[in-house]
Amino acid sequence: MKKYDIVIIGGGPAGLAAAIAARDNGSESILILERDKELGGILNQCIHNGFGLHTFKEELTGPEYAARFTEQVEKYKIEYVLNTMVIEISPEKVVTAMNREEGLFDIQAKAIILAMGCRERSRGALNIPGYRPAGIFSAGTAQRLVNMEGFMPGREVVILGSGDIGLIMARRLTLEGAKVKVVAEIMPYSGGLKRNIVQCLDDYGIPLKLSHTVIEIRGKERLEGITLAAVDDRGKPIAGTEEEYSCDTLLLSVGLIPENELSGAMGVVMNPVTSGPIVNESLETNVEGVFACGNVLHVHDLVDFVSEEAAAAGKNASNYVKIGAQKPNGREIILEGTDGVRYTVPSTINPERMEATQIVRFRVGNVYKNCYIGVYFNDERVLHRKRMVMAPGEMEEIKLEKEKLLLHPDIDRITIRVEEA
Amino acid sequence: MYDVIIIGAGVSGSAVARELSRYKVNACVLEKEEDVCCGTSKANSAIIHAGYDAAEGSLMAKLNVEGNQIMPELSKELDIPFEQCGSLVVCLDEASLPNLQALYDRGVKNGVEDLEIITDKARIREMEPNLTDEVVAVLSAPTAGIVCPFHLNIALAENAYTNGIDFKFDTEVESIEPIEGGWKLETSQGVYETRYVVNAAGVYADRFHNMVSESKIHITPRRGDYFLLDKNAGKHVNRTIFALPSKYGKGVLVTPTVHGNLIIGPTAVDIEDKEGTATVREGLDELSKASLNVKNLPMRQVITSFAGLRAHEDHHEFIIRELEDAPGFVDCAGIESPGLTSSPAIGKMVAEILREKLDLDVNPDFNGTRKGNIDLDTLSKEEKAALIEKEPAYGNIICRCEMVTEGELLDAIHRPLGARTLDGIKRRTRAGAGRCQAGFCTPKTMEILHRELGIPMTEITKSGGDSQLLVGYNKDRI
Amino acid sequence: MERRELICISCPMGCPLTVELEGQEIVNITGYTCKRGEVYGRKEVTNPTRIVTSTVKVEGGKSDMVSVKTREDIPKDKISECVKALKGITVKAPVRIGDVILSNVAGTGVDIVATKEV
Repeated sequence: MKKYDIVIIGGGPAGLAAAIAARDNGSESILILERDKELGGILNQCIHNGFGLHTFKEELTGPEYAARFTEQVEKYKIEYVLNTMVIEISPEKVVTAMNREEGLFDIQAKAIILAMGCRERSRGALNIPGYRPAGIFSAGTAQRLVNMEGFMPGREVVILGSGDIGLIMARRLTLEGAKVKVVAEIMPYSGGLKRNIVQCLDDYGIPLKLSHTVIEIRGKERLEGITLAAVDDRGKPIAGTEEEYSCDTLLLSVGLIPENELSGAMGVVMNPVTSGPIVNESLETNVEGVFACGNVLHVHDLVDFVSEEAAAAGKNASNYVKIGAQKPNGREIILEGTDGVRYTVPSTINPERMEATQIVRFRVGNVYKNCYIGVYFNDERVLHRKRMVMAPGEMEEIKLEKEKLLLHPDIDRITIRVEEA
Repeated sequence: MYDVIIIGAGVSGSAVARELSRYKVNACVLEKEEDVCCGTSKANSAIIHAGYDAAEGSLMAKLNVEGNQIMPELSKELDIPFEQCGSLVVCLDEASLPNLQALYDRGVKNGVEDLEIITDKARIREMEPNLTDEVVAVLSAPTAGIVCPFHLNIALAENAYTNGIDFKFDTEVESIEPIEGGWKLETSQGVYETRYVVNAAGVYADRFHNMVSESKIHITPRRGDYFLLDKNAGKHVNRTIFALPSKYGKGVLVTPTVHGNLIIGPTAVDIEDKEGTATVREGLDELSKASLNVKNLPMRQVITSFAGLRAHEDHHEFIIRELEDAPGFVDCAGIESPGLTSSPAIGKMVAEILREKLDLDVNPDFNGTRKGNIDLDTLSKEEKAALIEKEPAYGNIICRCEMVTEGELLDAIHRPLGARTLDGIKRRTRAGAGRCQAGFCTPKTMEILHRELGIPMTEITKSGGDSQLLVGYNKDRI
Repeated sequence: MERRELICISCPMGCPLTVELEGQEIVNITGYTCKRGEVYGRKEVTNPTRIVTSTVKVEGGKSDMVSVKTREDIPKDKISECVKALKGITVKAPVRIGDVILSNVAGTGVDIVATKEV
């Protein structure tokens, strides 16, 4: 059986950054397992720009951003295999993978970094009634067909979901000659970046209908049309607001779900809010030596933060291999989000183990204007930061200092909440 | 001139074809869709009923019980998944106990074995922890089971084809006229002549029957909406859970599927449109009734919904006979529930009518054993490794939700009556049937169909006809 | 005096800007939180520009398409001409990041360059 110190599941932006960080930390024995025919993950089909402002202080397209990392992986001669699907990971960290050349094979890992990314929610999960015609695509599948293979999925398009993928595809399809009639969003706010509303919808005169959803699908063999309806504050359609649109294509950009089938099957405990693993300050899951980063841990908005998070995971995995499991000395401070903060990553912090500065990432559950982020050590507020706007579609972060946490050994709980004043 | 033409390649028509292929006969199945298993056969509860529900003494009851008895052996011959998981009919109040008893009595008279009424709540709880706390009693039918309707239909058709029966697709029968010695069928693909016609046209069977007979029949499409839930929910119940039946049918049931999913459904709504397989809001909402019998249904695990049309004849009975006023025309009509269960028995019954009337000789080359697609899940690690060594395509995963490999897709495409569409691939291999509902595998599956069959990418369809996925190339309209 | 409300698209922050104009002349800009925001605000009301990204076909590579972009931003009203100019272009592999696919697209003086290696 092959043996590697660190096995990384996924060669997308998370896996690549983790690998490089592990090497920078001194690990030599690293293997990346990637199921696609090239490294780069989802970035390969994200041909638009907007990547890298934080990491490189440049605005790059997805493939260019990926290339910065794949070039480094090649330079470092980090091993990787392509066209390889991981079938199973055992709790003993044996990774079973499969490809044409080698068939089914096992790898014993000392540390594993989960970097599998996420998949898209489908129509079925939305229960939209109607026939099941051709012409309904998740936005990412359509993006792959257009950007990687050069095919048009349709001529007259309606997009459900104003997350970034939906907005980007509104522009993409328009530029390739399709007519995008409307983008509908069930929430009263858009899930995507404001810049994308401007340069993907406003620039092309594509209307955005907030608090609307698709309530019916027409067309037996190929889509012929859909019906939009306004929804109330519980997301239920309001009778009398129905509007019919004729279209041959419906793109669904209705949510991303971290792909944790492998994780769950090996006993990694999930956070039901994120659908990703519960991790400690080292981004380690409940299974010792198994780390998680990127979209598989929680869905990100900016790849720059994926790279940052993955680098931490890579370094920690590398330290785990070098030093071994850190004895659980000291307390595990519980991190939690309440009052508008839906979740935090990580979920626990051990001040003895943490780096000098720990980034805590979180998301709010609603749009908040002129509010504050309140951070509490037990019951004492230590941070009261004003924020003009916070939205569910934009990941937030705060930084915690190791020094401070060590100074206060009585802290057993850190709470992050949204406060009015 | 054919000896026999069978109209419809659903499970009934395919079962008839397979049984007929035991004899030396010049026969053909005409199917209006692009593949087998495109009508009611692809959208049903996938249940092999025990047989207590059908009216005593009816043909439905007889063929139900016979089909139920045939299924275990048949599933081995045809190499299809089948599980005799048993069923429970749930009684929620004392006042309805006589109805439950009536089912039991009817079942016994119909010849169903091992039926039992259980009132011991502790035992019921042990059998089905997720059954409602309101349960008063259950009728247990251990001989009930679940099957894959796609695999059953496809396997029957494949076996029939391999044993010499022709299949013609995209061939819609438009009219039937009596001629010297038989019938002339005008179809969308030309004229066919045959001595005998078997009318296995599902919801359209009344259309063809009424073309040749004075004594009319009337088939109402009865729509059933269903939810399909993720495999994570597959163990929520161990058996098929039925509500006590009413005059509209067997009620909303909850059942595991043979692939490990959970199905909730069907509704029962009579409609006019024989193509009305769209689900409707009211129908999907009605499925919440299932919680009357099963608690904690994980509705967030729904991955898709669909609807099928039962061919309900006014008299609620199978019509399987040669017509008196149209000799040479054999009805196989009104095949609503328990149609799937009865299909092997229906096949035998119709084949026997034909054998006798046409004085058919036995086909000495008939081989009733059919080998299905290799299911990698059934192989050990060593067997998998050996398979991939021999055929590397089995090492390339196309559908990651269901772990379906390229090797399985190639098999499904190149075997007799192979897949030519995305739905055809889905029904044969399960690629696209998983939780992401083909989001990941669609581009790959299309590429494989294109490569193997030479179909241009822009002509690949989801389900034949005008269901192309792609409309053109980038910038082609600029 | 005219007031225009814009969202800055220079980075994912999306700061809301207010630009005050007297006729064609910018009198005041507020709302930006960095220099790029001020530059954008000015440009957007006088000469709005965009980076355009697209794809062209590749022959002989491991992929059928290569992603491309305008090396710099081009006037907004030249976007459709720019995309039209890319129609029908097929490049031969190997393609490197930065390779010029089409120079001076739509007379803007800006080149279209590849953003991926194929």
